Amino acid sequence: MIAEAGLAALWIAAMLAALQAFLGLGSLKAGGEELLRAVRPVAVAQAVMTLGAFAALMWLFYSTDLSVELVAEDSASTVPTLYRIAGTWGNHEGSMLLWVTILAIAGAAVALLERRLPERTLAATIAAQGVIALGFFAFLLFSSNPFARLDIAPAEGNGFNPLLQDPGLAFHPPTLYVGYVGLSVAFSFAVGALLTRDVGPAFAKAMRPWVLGAWVFLTLGITAGSYWAYYELGWGGWWFWDPTENASLMPWLAATALLHSVTVLATRDGLRAWTVMLAVVAFSMSMVGTFLVRSGILTSVHAFALDPKRGAFILVLLALYIGGALALFGARIATVAEGNRFDPVSREGALVINNLLLSVILALVLIGTLYPLAAESMTGEKLSVGPPYFNATAGPLALILVAVMAAGPAMRWRRDEIVAVARRIAIPAALTVIALVAILLLAPGLRILPLLGLTLAAGVAAASVAPLWKRNLRRTPLFTWGMVMAHLGAAVSLAGMASESAFTKETLIAARPGETVSVGPYAIRFAAVDPVPGQNFTAVQATLIATRGSADPITLTPAQRTFDNPPQTTSESAIATRWDGQLYTVVGEPVPGGRWQLRLWWKPFVTLIWLGGALIAIGGALSLLGRSLPRRKVVAESTGFARFG
Amino acid sequence: MKRVIALTLILAPTVSWADPTMAPEPLSYTQLPDPAQEAAAQALMQTIRCVVCQGQSIADSDADLAGDMRALVRQKIAAGEKPEAIRAWLIQRYGRWVSYRPPVDAVTWPLWAAPILLLAVGGLLARSAFRRRRT
Repeated sequence: MIAEAGLAALWIAAMLAALQAFLGLGSLKAGGEELLRAVRPVAVAQAVMTLGAFAALMWLFYSTDLSVELVAEDSASTVPTLYRIAGTWGNHEGSMLLWVTILAIAGAAVALLERRLPERTLAATIAAQGVIALGFFAFLLFSSNPFARLDIAPAEGNGFNPLLQDPGLAFHPPTLYVGYVGLSVAFSFAVGALLTRDVGPAFAKAMRPWVLGAWVFLTLGITAGSYWAYYELGWGGWWFWDPTENASLMPWLAATALLHSVTVLATRDGLRAWTVMLAVVAFSMSMVGTFLVRSGILTSVHAFALDPKRGAFILVLLALYIGGALALFGARIATVAEGNRFDPVSREGALVINNLLLSVILALVLIGTLYPLAAESMTGEKLSVGPPYFNATAGPLALILVAVMAAGPAMRWRRDEIVAVARRIAIPAALTVIALVAILLLAPGLRILPLLGLTLAAGVAAASVAPLWKRNLRRTPLFTWGMVMAHLGAAVSLAGMASESAFTKETLIAARPGETVSVGPYAIRFAAVDPVPGQNFTAVQATLIATRGSADPITLTPAQRTFDNPPQTTSESAIATRWDGQLYTVVGEPVPGGRWQLRLWWKPFVTLIWLGGALIAIGGALSLLGRSLPRRKVVAESTGFARFG
Repeated sequence: MKRVIALTLILAPTVSWADPTMAPEPLSYTQLPDPAQEAAAQALMQTIRCVVCQGQSIADSDADLAGDMRALVRQKIAAGEKPEAIRAWLIQRYGRWVSYRPPVDAVTWPLWAAPILLLAVGGLLARSAFRRRRT
């Protein structure tokens, strides 16, 4: 009954989405103002229905209703409660339903909360949101029905992928999805503004909080995903340039660029067409990412070939939405004046360089991710494009971007003098040079990227807090705090990446219990190996006692878990976090002679990577608060933050 | 499947080379004694694809095959072979799929030219946003 109710709710929601699109577009015609009032409630009703369908699926998973095909395939009654619930989105159909649910909620949020946008543009925006939802409802209902029943229910389900049975992965996809799909609002805003030809500072100010919100979730999702990969995969890597990761990075890069260009539009009425374009591109990247991940076209050609209907369906949706938006852009953009021009040496100028670099990095990630497909279709031979390519091309550009980030906030809007800017960033620049000399003396022989990374991180950290210099901190607007925090976060994260890459110590060894091995500053005694039972697995757990100098010994218990449904072994790493880094330990297979494989790493300051990510997200959240709370003073924005120095 | 069989054949000497009383593939999970050689092996392994995994290099995969390939790389490095010679050797046997670093050739030059082309086009576009500076 629940499954049928869920399916019915999904159908009703799809019809409401169609109605929402029809009413919204109808209200744009002369005499259509009457329809305008109905648009908002319809959008809310659509969200309620979709949420109902999602809750139904969650209940089916929670209660392990094995007569539902999806539950029987991806869950089992023996799976722990948390993962029975998380299993709802741990599969293709469920995660697409989550996608659509967040899309519907985003549309309802716009309908309920948006007050700054002109009524007509708002109606067009909500209509666009309805049109997007309609396509993805069709995808769910016609090719990925999560509520399909089995003729005969099996006695037990197939179980849940052990690799996904981790608290991090239970919450990471929903966070990332809020970010992905939240960008649909920016896309709909852009389409709405193009339809009503109303692109200007008011539009930018209305759009900015929505972009910020999505961006905060994307940042959190990517940061959490990176940490998950780091501790769950058990090899100490934190970013693999894997297609799935690239799929989440591309919308983030576009949203970051959008966040900065929307500020130029809001403050100086410049970069109109470009900002609208970026808003379209950002959500397009979310859809491309969804297509890449969901069709399985990149990780395994077989997954795509097994169900060509799904891949083809999303591809058609992509072509319709991205193509449609770009066609609208092409048709309407000539009537949108480009807006104010500005001097190259100015805050706007720095933001244009920011946008240029972010866009080029985005294009490189996209090209690198798709190139193997193109090459295979041309030559028939498979090709890999991986970390060496991305590090060599995007890495240097990212470093330049970070350097621009140090100078940008020190520049005035409209026009500035190079000498004056140089004077304002003199202290951070001096710190950069001091850091360079110090690192060259203390740690000679570093590779060029980690060396530049560490050096720049020091200078940029100083430059990022410079906008607070000589200011009354209590009267500094929240969005300035947000910018400072986010830029500081980027510097902190960069420092972590460079330090991890430059100073990691590794010990891979087969050891007998009782032996002592060393890694970095630690001596590690392999005390024991014991079997440990779990709820749906059995584990072999090693006990390691790590000592450094006179500090208290740390006990670590890495384990190998063996699941029987489905049969799979996972390594559970044990990590000890200290202020100056992490000790990362993994126990592997037994080796003849009573020995066990141990993998040990000492990673100085690696935690800064994710701490920086968190700071960036907090910065975004502060800006969001500053931009959406009722404003006391409007002066701050027009004069800019460049009053220090 | 063909690939797996081919790999097993190539790796066969590695297995017999191992001392049976020691680990079956001691170098899969054990570093080379010389830190410089180990660093060279690590750097290479980071850029070699584990052909049976989903987007992982042989340096960070638990798959048996990845372990065998790590042993192979370490063994060749220890024997004094140059990392790029080993990469070429691997590519010759498994195709370009195995190397995460695309070569520069007729098919892949656009990939390597992309950064410069994109920066040039982007720079030209950005210029149109600027006002000519009055001196």
